[in-house]
Amino acid sequence: MIRYALRYLNLMVLTLLVLSVVSFALAYWFPGDPLTNLSGIQEATPQTERFLAEKYATEHNLFVQYWHYMQLVFSGDWGVSFSSGLPLYDEITLALPATLELCAYAFLLSLIVGIPLGFIAGLKHYTGTDYTVLSLSVFSYSIPAFWLALILILIFCLQLGWLPLSGRINLLFDVPHQTGFIVIDILLSDIQNKSAALNDAFRHLVLPTISIALINTAITVRLARRSIIDVMSKGYIIAARSRGLTNNQILWKHGVRNTLLPILPLIAAQITTLITNAMVIETIFSWPGIGNWLIQAIYQRDYPAIRAGMLAVSSFVVILTVSIELITRLLDPTRDKNERGTI
Amino acid sequence: MNNPFYLLNYPLERLRQHAVIAGLALFTLGCGNQHTTDINQAGVIYCSEGSPLHFNPQLDTSGTTSDATSHQIYDRLLDYDVESGRIVPGLASSWLISEDGLTYTFQLRKQVSFHSTDYFSPSRYFNADDVLFSINRWRLEDHPYHQVSDAQYPYFMSLGLPESIKSVEKINGYRVEITLYQPDSSFLANLATDFAVMLSEEYANMLMQSGTPELLDSQPIGTGPFVFQEFRKDRFIRYKRHGEYWKGIDSAEHLIFDITPSSSLRLAKLMTGECDAIALPAQSELEIIRQRPDMQLEEKPGLNIGFWAFNTLKPPFDNPAVRRALAMAIDKNTLLEAVYFGSASRAKTLVPAASWAYQVDAQDTAYNPVLARNLLDAHGVEPGFEMNLWAMPVERAYNPNATKMAELIQQYLSEIDVQANIVSYDWTSFRQRLAEGHHDSVLIGWSADNGDPDNFYRPLLTCAAIESGTNRAMWCSPEYDDIINQALKVTDIETRKAIYAQANQLLSEQLPLVPIAHALRYQAHRSELNGLVINPFGATRFAGVRKMQ
Repeated sequence: MIRYALRYLNLMVLTLLVLSVVSFALAYWFPGDPLTNLSGIQEATPQTERFLAEKYATEHNLFVQYWHYMQLVFSGDWGVSFSSGLPLYDEITLALPATLELCAYAFLLSLIVGIPLGFIAGLKHYTGTDYTVLSLSVFSYSIPAFWLALILILIFCLQLGWLPLSGRINLLFDVPHQTGFIVIDILLSDIQNKSAALNDAFRHLVLPTISIALINTAITVRLARRSIIDVMSKGYIIAARSRGLTNNQILWKHGVRNTLLPILPLIAAQITTLITNAMVIETIFSWPGIGNWLIQAIYQRDYPAIRAGMLAVSSFVVILTVSIELITRLLDPTRDKNERGTI
Repeated sequence: MNNPFYLLNYPLERLRQHAVIAGLALFTLGCGNQHTTDINQAGVIYCSEGSPLHFNPQLDTSGTTSDATSHQIYDRLLDYDVESGRIVPGLASSWLISEDGLTYTFQLRKQVSFHSTDYFSPSRYFNADDVLFSINRWRLEDHPYHQVSDAQYPYFMSLGLPESIKSVEKINGYRVEITLYQPDSSFLANLATDFAVMLSEEYANMLMQSGTPELLDSQPIGTGPFVFQEFRKDRFIRYKRHGEYWKGIDSAEHLIFDITPSSSLRLAKLMTGECDAIALPAQSELEIIRQRPDMQLEEKPGLNIGFWAFNTLKPPFDNPAVRRALAMAIDKNTLLEAVYFGSASRAKTLVPAASWAYQVDAQDTAYNPVLARNLLDAHGVEPGFEMNLWAMPVERAYNPNATKMAELIQQYLSEIDVQANIVSYDWTSFRQRLAEGHHDSVLIGWSADNGDPDNFYRPLLTCAAIESGTNRAMWCSPEYDDIINQALKVTDIETRKAIYAQANQLLSEQLPLVPIAHALRYQAHRSELNGLVINPFGATRFAGVRKMQ
């Protein structure tokens, strides 16, 4: 087991290393002065320029520069943004939680809706219900998320006027920033009419969450359906039946666990798709997350922001993916065995 | 019984129950509107078009900056009456002009309190020291605050005000005397503009002592109806009501500027009620707003002009004949229809019909591509000549869609064998590069800050305005400057009109810029919002704006 953990860690460290080199190289590849692209300080006075040159060691060779760059990255000094002049570390740590929050709810929603639906379809497979659920899932899988978001806005915001279409919360609620997760921040804050604020935050969450969750729900449905069909035809289910267990007992004691075990890693691997979708959806709903922030940075040619944002997002995705792989390995030893057999 | 799928009945029932509960929970969320009414009632959300560059309008002439600051955070010595356009008392309760028109004495209002925030608590009321500080900051080059924030003071510099003021004296705590070198009939109008705001001298001193003077322009303190709370670039600005506002106007408890650059998104947010009022509704959207019962559209003739300026420092645009040829190549009426959807009037001179200085019989260029080509040939501009045409990236009342206008002009120019390349940058770099004179020609415009015609003629085309960055044509004519200065020496309106007619004559001969349109000004808000009126003389005012119960 430790061997696997080490192998994954190794993979992760190497990937991160490559990413950090690319982000460092971006400062040179982007138009303009590398020092400006690294520090984000434009029109520096000669004095500041000397200070920056020393800080980023531009007098030395590239390896030394990279070393200094990495030290600064780890100490949280990522430079400042061209457009706002604020430290990038602060801006990113402000925007990233908003994206994660959205992804977390979308992921939960896709599980809560997708798994039961997949079960229903699988248990009733090749019936009308099954075909309905299947075609619905194909349908939702083929809808582009951004298009769905626009349609939802058109119906629920502009036609019916039920839900708001932009942001995380009505700006009249002044929720102090603590964790970056709006729901938690509201609960932690001491603002008046907390329940109204929560309600408002949820109303803002509904549409973006649905738009992001839809594709993942469709995938989850298909995975769960396939898996439960396999499990239910297994010998131990028939054996359990012959021992006189009730339908209920069979499904909950033997069916569900055995169905979920093989598909959980597959579902978890979808989180990266989720994050990618979330970044697109954010711009449509003016959600103040990292995707929206990066697109603004690209639009404004804010090179330090593009560099730091790319590093932060890609590192996050790499760490997340590797961790998920590792955890599923730990939880599901059967996969380990198969793998061993194939080597 | 071997079929495992008959197992379903019970669990499915359970699933169904859970689904119903979950559905109900979601539904109740949707119905929770009632709770939010209180807080909605107490605050006003305005969807603005962009982030202000500073929180001090002395530093910037952009409408975005003055909308967010001038009438919200600050007050001026004098104000414009929105309806009559007359100058009314502000922080100066009365004023006196000497016989020779050189000395202005202002009596200041007493017991006017500055904002008290977590970064500053004032220990005294507004007085003459604040007036001296606020004016001397832009007036005196050796003032300790003059260089802070790399300030250029574009409005005051373009009008040459620092050179025209001889002295600003404090007579006593509540009386200030300003002496000019020459009589200037537009002087009071300048003090009533969005840019002539009154800052706190005490706050400035405190910042200077703590070594952070630049905070004066980003963490503002004023006497206005709203106290600045928080600004997040491209996201929002948060204000709260100034409890001790001297006018005693009952404003909304909270004011939020929700920064929404896309005009269609602003309209969508107005529809869903996420905004109570929006900035600059697009011309193409006006009809939608008019048709909806829950929204109101107000319109007023605007004091603005959209124009096409040539960089007269660059050949061949330094030749008036070439400029005339290019002007004749475009059909203004088509531009008005296609870009403004008819909500603008054709511009012949710099000032719109709303101004008293409007000249009915002024000369205008006529659409004549054949003559245009001949003129170009005669002045050595070969067919196939390439030029660039800068189109501003933002919407402004005076030009709601510069890119579209640029494309139309591009077509017109191709008919006379001139190839125009459309150029655009983001707004900040656009203005920077423009001020540096990298353009051949540019589509931009001007919204006047006061009702005086001098506010069109001086900042747009005088020599001094090149340096302050509002003279987009980079055109400098001593003859023109003489005429414009002459117009300020007289107070009689008919005489001034005649002088401005001379300026119009000169401009129609020289054509440093082609006037295109004077747009109407629109403001859209939800019907329950009360008290918001268009201010034709400058920035939006939110004092006294409230939601009806």
